[in-house]
Amino acid sequence: MAELVEAGAPLRSARLRLSAALWRRPWLKLSLLLAAPVLAFAVVYLGALASLFVSAFWQIDAFTAAVVHNWTLDNFKTLWNDHTYWRITGRTIGIASAVTVTDAVLAFPLAYFMARLATPRLRALLFIAVLLPLWSSYLVRIYAWRTILAKDGALNWFLNGIGLPDAGLAYTNTAMWIVFSYVWLPFMVLPVYAALERIPDSYLEASQDLGGRGWRTLRSVILPLALPGIVAGSIFTFSLTLGDFITPALVGGAGSSFIGNVVHDKVGQPDVPFAAAFATVPVVVMGIYLVIARRLGAFDAV
Amino acid sequence: MSRPKKRYLVWAALGLLTGALAVAAAGCGGGSSSSKSASNTTTTVGPASIGKGEGALNLIEWPYYSDPSFANKFTQQTGCKIHRKDAGSSNEMVALMRAGGGGGGGQWDLVSASGDASLRLIRGGDVKPVNIKLIPSWNDFIPIFKSPAHNTVNGVHYGVSLQWGPNVLLYNKTKIKPGPTSWSALYDPKYKGQITIPNNPIQIADAAFYLMHSQPDLGIKDPYELNKKQFDATVALLKKQRKLVKLYWNYDTDGRAAFANGDVSLGAIWPADTAALQQKGVPVKEVIPDVGATGWADTWMLAKKAPHPNCAYLWMKYVTTPKPEAQQALVFRETPVNPKACPIMDKMEPGSCAKFHLNKPLPYYNTIKFWKTPIPACGNGKNDCMDYNAWQTAWTQITG
Repeated sequence: MAELVEAGAPLRSARLRLSAALWRRPWLKLSLLLAAPVLAFAVVYLGALASLFVSAFWQIDAFTAAVVHNWTLDNFKTLWNDHTYWRITGRTIGIASAVTVTDAVLAFPLAYFMARLATPRLRALLFIAVLLPLWSSYLVRIYAWRTILAKDGALNWFLNGIGLPDAGLAYTNTAMWIVFSYVWLPFMVLPVYAALERIPDSYLEASQDLGGRGWRTLRSVILPLALPGIVAGSIFTFSLTLGDFITPALVGGAGSSFIGNVVHDKVGQPDVPFAAAFATVPVVVMGIYLVIARRLGAFDAV
Repeated sequence: MSRPKKRYLVWAALGLLTGALAVAAAGCGGGSSSSKSASNTTTTVGPASIGKGEGALNLIEWPYYSDPSFANKFTQQTGCKIHRKDAGSSNEMVALMRAGGGGGGGQWDLVSASGDASLRLIRGGDVKPVNIKLIPSWNDFIPIFKSPAHNTVNGVHYGVSLQWGPNVLLYNKTKIKPGPTSWSALYDPKYKGQITIPNNPIQIADAAFYLMHSQPDLGIKDPYELNKKQFDATVALLKKQRKLVKLYWNYDTDGRAAFANGDVSLGAIWPADTAALQQKGVPVKEVIPDVGATGWADTWMLAKKAPHPNCAYLWMKYVTTPKPEAQQALVFRETPVNPKACPIMDKMEPGSCAKFHLNKPLPYYNTIKFWKTPIPACGNGKNDCMDYNAWQTAWTQITG
């Protein structure tokens, strides 16, 4: 027994000295804690972004298709001068915006009900219902939608059953809008729910005491307080749509290419520098979006 | 107190970003310069004999192209265990071969490249010359597949031909009456919204092939060798076609699904898809119009940095022998390059040799224009043909 204590003593004192040193120098403790994640962030995340930006200024050799390291703005000039890329960028941003607005409109009433009206039991059930689609693969859900929207699919079967003509949605931009709105909806519901749940009941009572009816309370009290949540959710829905290429490839038709599809084709060609140049467009668009979101107070609650 | 701290953080972030930029620039620079120097030193054509297998073989292939029905026997015979990487498109194959510094990245041994990818791989220095003498079945091949332009450059082989198939016109018998007999159906406004076309720049050649016969004054001799004028006329036709197209399919299984779900009733696709659809009971019929068709031919190409070259040679030697050729043809509904596979095919599935055109006389093959990567040099001594980069850009403009 005594021997054991003897043997353990130097180890224990070393540990004590280490913890004392860390206690006396909080910055050392912090650096040791953060070193690994910061390094991973710098190398994996910033490194990938940096290599993207660097290669955007290179070119490929016309004959071997090998990357040539001449600094040039040619890729960006092509992007600027060819209206094809404007059209594709416009389509990508347009559908991302439409999806964001749709998800906000769908998510708000649902999140409001979940946060403020539902019983705890029902709330749990609704949470499961909202999150359940995320348990299955994103691809499976897209393929499911393709089957629903197909000419001989469930939607037209239902419409014909009640005497309506075919919807003709398969392989259209409308199909992309529906599928995107569906797959990203949970990412809007959750932040809006969090924002609505935080509104103290007393605010609503105060509004009523001052004569505010339901509509006025919603407009002047609830919506402004929920806005950071909506904007936070919109960052998810907007950026996820902006960067996607699988949904356009699987449910889009002729003239449904997104920025991501062109990037994917160019990487395969292979013309990685041009792909990198085009890939900077969503990064810039997201940057602008985040600045606007910050102005609207999306990050205040964090 | 908080202000200087914040500024310090900003500087730290900037420093990290610059560091990352430098690392990225250096990393990319190093990788490509080494591959450049390597491409200048390939003068010897392959090994003199095949050594003992290394025990493994890594393939980039069309999904399940090394089907276990014949690949398992190879593994038993040689001890080369096959690791497969499926690629659903030619672009994916090129991208996989280019990853990790090119040449297969030291990871891949062989790639089952189609003609629209093979010249890109050769010119990019991703594949290396093959000593064709080590593949005895090569002597039996149908002559045009011995040294085709898509895998042999200046008499140097970069792989061994494997199988081929035509791009066919497929239609739904119950919806399109009477059935089309010419490629003009794909450009006919009558079928607006019912057409599907492969989403692949090489598809420009299909339109050029159609113009070759319908507008002889354009002077198109080879649908893969188009000068500016011919190219512009073809692209204009395709831009008109886009208005009729319901779906540009990315994977043939997507085109297949569109036929099965009734979304399209006419389109360009592959014989394997016809067979799959007919098996599911979809009333489709394929046609190869009298003028012929474009077609693809696949080549097993040897990666420059192949880690298991002996197993790669053993595989090329094995899959081109009659029995595996026949087995592969029937699994994938395609045509062998080795005519000795014919009796074996007929034994496995009576009439299949004729069905897949393996017994056709040589002139038949002149009606099939096989995929090859477009390059500026097009046989007339001038470098005035549009290259693959122009094809890719035009395709984005047409479909995007």
